[in-house]
Amino acid sequence: MSDRLAVRKTYKLYLNGAFPRSESGRTYEVTDARGGFLANAAQASRKDARDAVVAARAAFGTWSGATAYNRGQVLYRVAEVMEGRHAQFCEEVAAGEGLSSSRARAAVDAAIDRWVWYAGWTDKLGAVLGGANPVAGAYFDFSLPEPTGVVAVLAPQRSSLLGLVSVLAPVLAGGNTAVVVTSRARPLPAVTLGEVLATSDLPGGVVNLLTGDAGELGPWLAEHDDVDAVDLAGAPADRAMELERLAAGSIKRVVRPPAEEPDWSADPGLGRLTPFLETKTVWHPMGL
Amino acid sequence: MTNPFQYAPAPESRSIVDVAPSHGLFVDGEFVDGTGTPFKTVNPATEEVLSEIACASDADVDRAVKAARRAFTRTWGPMRPADRGKYLFRIARLLQERAREFAVLESLDNGKPIRESRDVDVPLAAAHFFYHAGWADKLDWAGLGPGPRPLGVAGQVIPWNFPLLMLAWKVAPALATGNTVVLKPAETTPLTALLFAEVCRQADLPPGVVNIVTGAGETGRAVVEHADVDKVAFTGSTEVGRSIARAVAGTRKRLTLELGGKAANIVFDDAPVDQAVEGIVQGIFSNQGHVCCAGSRLLVQENVHDEVIASLQRRIGTLRLGDPLDKNTDIGAINSAEQLARIRELVDVGEAEGAHRWQPACELPDRGFWFPPTVFTEVSPAHRIARDEVFGPVLSVLTFRTPDEAVAKANNTTYGLSAGVWTEKGSRILAVTDRLRAGVVWANTFNKFDPTSPFGGYKQSGYGREGGRQGLAAYLEGAQ
Repeated sequence: MSDRLAVRKTYKLYLNGAFPRSESGRTYEVTDARGGFLANAAQASRKDARDAVVAARAAFGTWSGATAYNRGQVLYRVAEVMEGRHAQFCEEVAAGEGLSSSRARAAVDAAIDRWVWYAGWTDKLGAVLGGANPVAGAYFDFSLPEPTGVVAVLAPQRSSLLGLVSVLAPVLAGGNTAVVVTSRARPLPAVTLGEVLATSDLPGGVVNLLTGDAGELGPWLAEHDDVDAVDLAGAPADRAMELERLAAGSIKRVVRPPAEEPDWSADPGLGRLTPFLETKTVWHPMGL
Repeated sequence: MTNPFQYAPAPESRSIVDVAPSHGLFVDGEFVDGTGTPFKTVNPATEEVLSEIACASDADVDRAVKAARRAFTRTWGPMRPADRGKYLFRIARLLQERAREFAVLESLDNGKPIRESRDVDVPLAAAHFFYHAGWADKLDWAGLGPGPRPLGVAGQVIPWNFPLLMLAWKVAPALATGNTVVLKPAETTPLTALLFAEVCRQADLPPGVVNIVTGAGETGRAVVEHADVDKVAFTGSTEVGRSIARAVAGTRKRLTLELGGKAANIVFDDAPVDQAVEGIVQGIFSNQGHVCCAGSRLLVQENVHDEVIASLQRRIGTLRLGDPLDKNTDIGAINSAEQLARIRELVDVGEAEGAHRWQPACELPDRGFWFPPTVFTEVSPAHRIARDEVFGPVLSVLTFRTPDEAVAKANNTTYGLSAGVWTEKGSRILAVTDRLRAGVVWANTFNKFDPTSPFGGYKQSGYGREGGRQGLAAYLEGAQ
């Protein structure tokens, strides 16, 4: 046992590719499952959320315009870099969620594998969800899935890493950019994930991770006119209706929260990809 | 100079339709009285009252939803999918058999030219039923995930611009996927929906599978807010769409919205001008511009602006406005006094804000609701006529110099329903369509529709698709 004094990490936001503190200067105490001190996390403010939307909008053109192959490689790279930090993630998940080391390892394994699953989807969505439409006339007509735009994600509150990856990765795989409010009580794996994303060739601003309170930040994101869709996975149960009503103001796509947090280890299917995809249909006449 | 080639009147006979002096609701397979205050539907071309229409109260809507639920549980839900399909094939055939009757009735009630109701609305409505009939027993192969199941009762609210066609877009996929329907047609255009109810009876469709409740906004609200409705589908204005999204928030109801638009129709300098002009005219003046995907913003490359506008004005000068039942008519009546007032207001605003209004010499009939085709030039992107949906025969012309500027201007709208691109260069078509944030992009054509081709918007033009494999998802539980 070394008697070296550890260098502790400052847990900050991940915003526009950088790691700032909250502009509000606020932090809150994060404890482990038994109540022991883990860290002071930045408590993101309304202004941070708005800055994150600006960053996500600015990054949308680059990310949605990248080739599907390129996006797939970047998402696969996320899995590679996570693998290198496996032990750190296990430690943070075990502490925050109060899991045994083997169950924490299973959650981290599944989270890494989830990136691999979605990495493989990027260049198949067009073929699986789109296609040529046999219209009754001399036209070539085809439909393709395209990303919806900027997606605000209220990440699951219990599953701090696997749940987070399960809602974030499909948003990115479709070519969207994201503003994520992480689990309030268990934010530390999310910050570490931000460090992974920052070193995985993901352009800055594509993912913005805000540690803080979904109940506080949710309404600002739900009513923000430059947000195209909201995933209410981690919304407080008694606030979901209010958030959905706010989202109606600019006709946002809304994914409602489940009655209770699901088992994120289940096969994800396409259920979290398609809500954040639009179908574009193009017509052109055929003629000599 | 007088035109030596004058058109003689060529009116389609209205004797094929027999409009009853009053109409009831269609609930549980029967025509029944409504308990709301009846209202009148008029011919917008003459202001003649066509019929008195029952108004469905909350209690009437409740009866319709109960009938739909019963039919879902007892007949339509348990039915073999192939048999559901056969009913839809029957409906498609009946629509074709009675096509002329539907076309004349649609033009009478809506004001659209018979050329369009006869050649577009009614054939496409039949095609939608025929297309979806085939899906009924093939849903496992639709690629929407394993074991898709119907949702239950669909509450559907449709607009007045394509009354029968929008009915088909809503009813055909709902029934093909095993749902039952309570449909509210628009207040000003209920007649073809009620004739469709007769078709359902001729097809021996089991009672309660399709219910039609006529009325105004209150009836629509009752349909949307009914607790036993599983799915809400709405086509109409973004404003009403917002209020529906709010009403549905926090419930288990699924929602799809097809809302307004302010489509850019982009003409590059290498486009064949004559073809583009036809497309521009088709894009904004068909159906009097009462089209959510109308090409209402013409973006023309600066160096061909004068040539395109001159050609466009020459072409508009040949359009014939008048009796919707005349087979030579290009532009029919504005659907209602209310809509006419809105068009006039926005046109006044356009002039007041500094755009230049042009209209052809065009005689308007003395009675009825009419507005001449109108072109605004010198429009700036900040003008209301460049931002607000007019939903009338009013075109706003803006210019651009580079493809980047064209795309930026085209996307500078809260809407995202449709767009048009005119150029001879294939690579430019693909690059520009790729960057347009719109659900349907017509390249070197405009306003084309087909049941196999999904239609619907980006951004505040709504969500969900109608038509194609993609359109089925809106009516299926577990569809991914």
